[in-house]
Amino acid sequence: MSVVTLKINDQELATETGKTILEAAQDAGIRIPTLCHLDGITDVGACRLCLIELKGGRKLLPACVTEVAEGMEVETHTEKLQDYRRMIVELLFSEGNHVCAICVANENCELQDVAVEVGMDHTRFRYRFPDRHIDLSHPQFGIDHNRCILCTRCVRVCDEIEGAHVWDVAQRGAAEYIVSGLSQPWGEVDACTACGKCVDACPTGSIFRKGTTTAEKVGDRDKLQFLVTARQERQWTR
Amino acid sequence: MASTIVIDPVTRIEGHAKISIYLNDAGEVDDARFHVVEYRGFEKFCEGRPFTEMAGITARICGICPVSHLLAAAKTGDKILAVKVPVAAEKLRRLMNLGQITQSHALSFFHLSSPDFLLGWDSDPAQRNVFGLIAADPDLARAGIRLRQFGQTVIEKLGARKIHAAWTVPGGVRSPLSEEGRTWIRDRLPESLATTRQALDIFKQFLDRFGAEADVFGTFPTLFMGLVSANGEWEHYDGHLRFTDSEGNIVADNLSEDNYQDFLGEAVESWSYLKFPYYKPLGYPDGIYRVGPLARLNICDRIGTEGADRELQELRDRAGGVPTGSFLYHYARLIEILTCLEKIQQLMDDPDIVSPRVRAEAGINELEGIGVSEAPRGTLFHHYNVDENGLIEKVNLIIATGQNNLAMNKTVTQIAKHYVRGAEIQEGMLNRVEAGIRCFDPCLSCSTHAAGQMPLHVEIVDAAGQVLNEVYRD
Repeated sequence: MSVVTLKINDQELATETGKTILEAAQDAGIRIPTLCHLDGITDVGACRLCLIELKGGRKLLPACVTEVAEGMEVETHTEKLQDYRRMIVELLFSEGNHVCAICVANENCELQDVAVEVGMDHTRFRYRFPDRHIDLSHPQFGIDHNRCILCTRCVRVCDEIEGAHVWDVAQRGAAEYIVSGLSQPWGEVDACTACGKCVDACPTGSIFRKGTTTAEKVGDRDKLQFLVTARQERQWTR
Repeated sequence: MASTIVIDPVTRIEGHAKISIYLNDAGEVDDARFHVVEYRGFEKFCEGRPFTEMAGITARICGICPVSHLLAAAKTGDKILAVKVPVAAEKLRRLMNLGQITQSHALSFFHLSSPDFLLGWDSDPAQRNVFGLIAADPDLARAGIRLRQFGQTVIEKLGARKIHAAWTVPGGVRSPLSEEGRTWIRDRLPESLATTRQALDIFKQFLDRFGAEADVFGTFPTLFMGLVSANGEWEHYDGHLRFTDSEGNIVADNLSEDNYQDFLGEAVESWSYLKFPYYKPLGYPDGIYRVGPLARLNICDRIGTEGADRELQELRDRAGGVPTGSFLYHYARLIEILTCLEKIQQLMDDPDIVSPRVRAEAGINELEGIGVSEAPRGTLFHHYNVDENGLIEKVNLIIATGQNNLAMNKTVTQIAKHYVRGAEIQEGMLNRVEAGIRCFDPCLSCSTHAAGQMPLHVEIVDAAGQVLNEVYRD
């Protein structure tokens, strides 16, 4: 195991080669906000909340997909970064139809938590009120695209952990949305094993168990990392 | 010259409204209209949502009586699931509704209306509010506030929050009452009962002194509608619908909410966002009927608890038959608080209220559901059509206040004819017109102006639309 040394927020650290800046920061107890990151599945750098500044670099880099390197000097909470993070969360809220008061994930929502963390008390952008649909065709679960932030955790957890690859992404830009199967109603997708991992992975109230009412959704996100570790290490207790 | 007096906004009610008084060429009141000037759009934007969300969404219609919508939505959901809710769930839902009626009636009586009775209609408007009441009789004001707190806390002990507790769900409720909650409710019942009896005594004394004046507050014959139990007792959660007339005759009985469209029509007028429900067999507007506390007391054979039945008999004795004066809604509200407290007392000894079996689960078994419950202000209907996955296709909500709309307009006209002479505007007169509306405790939206005095704007406009006179009250 080779080791690299770096500084995060002037704190000197030694970590393994190949780790990401996000992992190195987490190991050192330095909190960087994330939404699309989920322990146990690969990172894609979709949400941009974990952007960091690198001394000597002009670009902001996503900590979840940037590997550590010898001598790096990383800043995670500059004023500029905090402004950007707040703006990203504001954009997420204005882009979808997020009505916390009646959402199944109210008070158990990572988007809500992050909004509090970055100090968002309103959005300066006009709400787009997109016309999105709800798919309740699955016998056990539902997906409400109004609440989707396109983190693609459901896509990755279904592909990488369950191996069913029910979910994918269709279209581009503002028209982008999550599809099941070949853009079929979820209930008609044979590949779905009804395992519920996407429900646990979803950071908001977008994917939920049918019949769940306001603030009733509780996602067991640690279970996904547990499954990965259990399979690799053959440890089946939590 | 024909002119119009406009009272805008109407104060110390829940919501926003204005009153127009139309004078004829002789300066006498020709007509009066109660306009509801807000538009909410719930029936439209609920389309496309899962029916399981309806309790959470429709509860947001109102911050005063969200429980009413929670119950009606959950009962409509029960119909779509086609399940019978567990016995414990029904009793727990009843308990929450009893807490709800208690707190809402306490708010109406102590916070909104009692300043009129206790301080006088002609008293200083700056003092004629709950703060004036606190200054004049701090013990009574405190007791009233604590009575409302009792009702609110019953709701909180069940649903974990006082307002918008999304605790009733299709198929039942989320959780039973805790032992700690039961103990708290039991301990606070005696004080709540004592406050209610004190309020009843005060109101009766007021009636003895000012009964004649109160007679002009919307005293006229109408039908009354509400729920009664299978044996004709006072009901607030289930049972069947009954219509009676002002003579006490049963006009229609054993009606089911499932067929409400057969006997209830909803008329629309261009000058108000509030619809005008009417009893279909009599047509519009002759099918005028009243709902709410007075209606519930008029349609039932008896209440079913000892103290409340005694009070009901006294109310009927005082009225010499069926009480038809809308001012008596205040009286009926106090009797209903007593009813709720006595029924809560009975439920406290029921082992079912701490049972963990409170929720039935099922899929979509019906594509249409109609639920009904008695809100503090009257009968509330929710009607949903869903697709095969449970997404809402159509919603119709018939709100209690809407059903009193025709009666409120008639009340305002009656008071205006009695007190308004020409274009001169007297402060006491304005408040009497408002107080006429307040008899019905209308709940026009989720917003409330429970404390303080909102500005009052009165306009006198001639037939050509020219403003002849204006008065502002800050």
